[in-house]
Amino acid sequence: MSKIRNILPTEVSDEVIIEGLMRGDSRIISKMYKLFFPSVAYMITNNSGTQEEARDIFQEAVMVLYDKITHQNFELNCKLNTFLYAVSRRLWLKQLSRRGHTSNTTDISDFEDILKVEDDIQQHQELENKFEQMEEAMNQLGEPCKTLLQDFYICNLSMQDITEKFGYTNSDNAKTQKYKCLQRLKKIFFTLKTKE
Amino acid sequence: MQRHKFIEWADQYLRGELHAEEAKAFLDFCEAHPEYADILEEHQSFLQDMKAFEARRAFKANLIEKGKQHIAVEVEEHSDFGARVISLWSKLQINAGIAAAVAVISVFTTLWLTGYFTEVKKATSDYSALRREMNTVKRNVNAQNKAIESIHNSDKTKSEPISHFGATGFLLTKDGYVVTNYHVVNGADSIHLQNIKGKVFRAEVVHTDATKDLAILRIADSSFKPLKYIPYTFKKQTSDLGEDVYTIGFPRDEAVYGQGYLSSNTGYAGDTIAYQISIPVNPGNSGGPVLDAQGNVVGIISGKQKGLDGAAFAIKSKELLETLNNIPEESLKGNIVLNNKNSLHKLPRTEQIKKLQDYIFIVKIF
Repeated sequence: MSKIRNILPTEVSDEVIIEGLMRGDSRIISKMYKLFFPSVAYMITNNSGTQEEARDIFQEAVMVLYDKITHQNFELNCKLNTFLYAVSRRLWLKQLSRRGHTSNTTDISDFEDILKVEDDIQQHQELENKFEQMEEAMNQLGEPCKTLLQDFYICNLSMQDITEKFGYTNSDNAKTQKYKCLQRLKKIFFTLKTKE
Repeated sequence: MQRHKFIEWADQYLRGELHAEEAKAFLDFCEAHPEYADILEEHQSFLQDMKAFEARRAFKANLIEKGKQHIAVEVEEHSDFGARVISLWSKLQINAGIAAAVAVISVFTTLWLTGYFTEVKKATSDYSALRREMNTVKRNVNAQNKAIESIHNSDKTKSEPISHFGATGFLLTKDGYVVTNYHVVNGADSIHLQNIKGKVFRAEVVHTDATKDLAILRIADSSFKPLKYIPYTFKKQTSDLGEDVYTIGFPRDEAVYGQGYLSSNTGYAGDTIAYQISIPVNPGNSGGPVLDAQGNVVGIISGKQKGLDGAAFAIKSKELLETLNNIPEESLKGNIVLNNKNSLHKLPRTEQIKKLQDYIFIVKIF
């Protein structure tokens, strides 16, 4: 069964890709590079960018897509290829204007935007900030709290397993520890948020 | 109820570890205590954020990882240098295309403007007529020197005619009809014939045949005395391949003998009015007689093929006779009566040549 699933048809529909993205399917991610990356890379390398910059921009565009499909009722009103190209183009233009390059981008900046992707990019930026705070909070939390919370809330390990893994004398101890860790994390997270 | 106990309870509920009645009890509790319901909501949303964060982090890590793999595969496919060349090519291919088009257009425009194509057309004809240009440069320099001298002593204005071309001609009849090539006399102001002893006679054109490249001249000079006889005859039939032939001509100011054989029954590019003969000939040989071993005239040297050794062309004597028959009566002063008694056939070659020399002229065109 798994073998059959491994073989993806060469033509993958956009719906399949979106569904795969939500699951974080790595084969779908590889497929996306194959299908959508060349046109973005061509656009960027022809406008004073390198292959590496193209890759970074493409990855950010995919993240924009990811945020769009995981955080709102997403409806696909254009081809994925078009969406990713438009986002990449927007992002690249921003980066160029930040660098002060304006003279030699006429051929891509002259035209009206194919899609209004500003909102999506905006939303992506907000989420990016939020998640940076979360990451920062996690890092500040330190071990073993970080792993403990991850094991319990993300990996769904039972309290019994955690007691054994972390060497607590009984599960009540572990529960208390978990509660303290969670409270600390919340505190760090919200202080970071108010600092912003 | 303590806060942390409630959180513990909520976790159990959220993870679905509670049985149906217990879950109901939990929800009832929340309903009864709105402050705890708020705590639950806040807790739940925080956990959601955390989960979303984890999923997103995993996704991003995966994405970057796959990106590295993708680039690595691409690099493997093209190799590092190849990828650079390809990316450079994709950037520059339009420029390269335009440059190539401009180059092609300018090359052909230049060639066209400089008349290269008409030159090519001319150059493809590798037939060369064998009239000789007479040391024109040297003579021009002499003339200039004289002109400069005459600036000082202007009373002495002696103009020397400049000869442009030289060729060979030979007598048809004893009363002074001479044959040479049309290309020799074409556009001539005046024609002079010089015999082996150095005597010069003025001649005039009686008839020309451009297609056969023949010209019939008549010596119109009072100092010319009709000869007693012509030693050679003209062959009326075509000759056979391999026949031994020789010629005497004037590629320089002295008579030059050339010997060879008849190598083909057609001339340049399959021209049926001429033979191909293998005698080394040079500019100035034009109009010279081609004789066979018995002393019959079989042809008249007319040209050679450039870049081909030993390929000279001679107009067949049959064509000469045809041309003579076509001359209108009124342009002649007395009929052309060809000699039909050959007095050379028994003589050895050197004796033949000695006898012949008196009947062959340098044709000088001024």
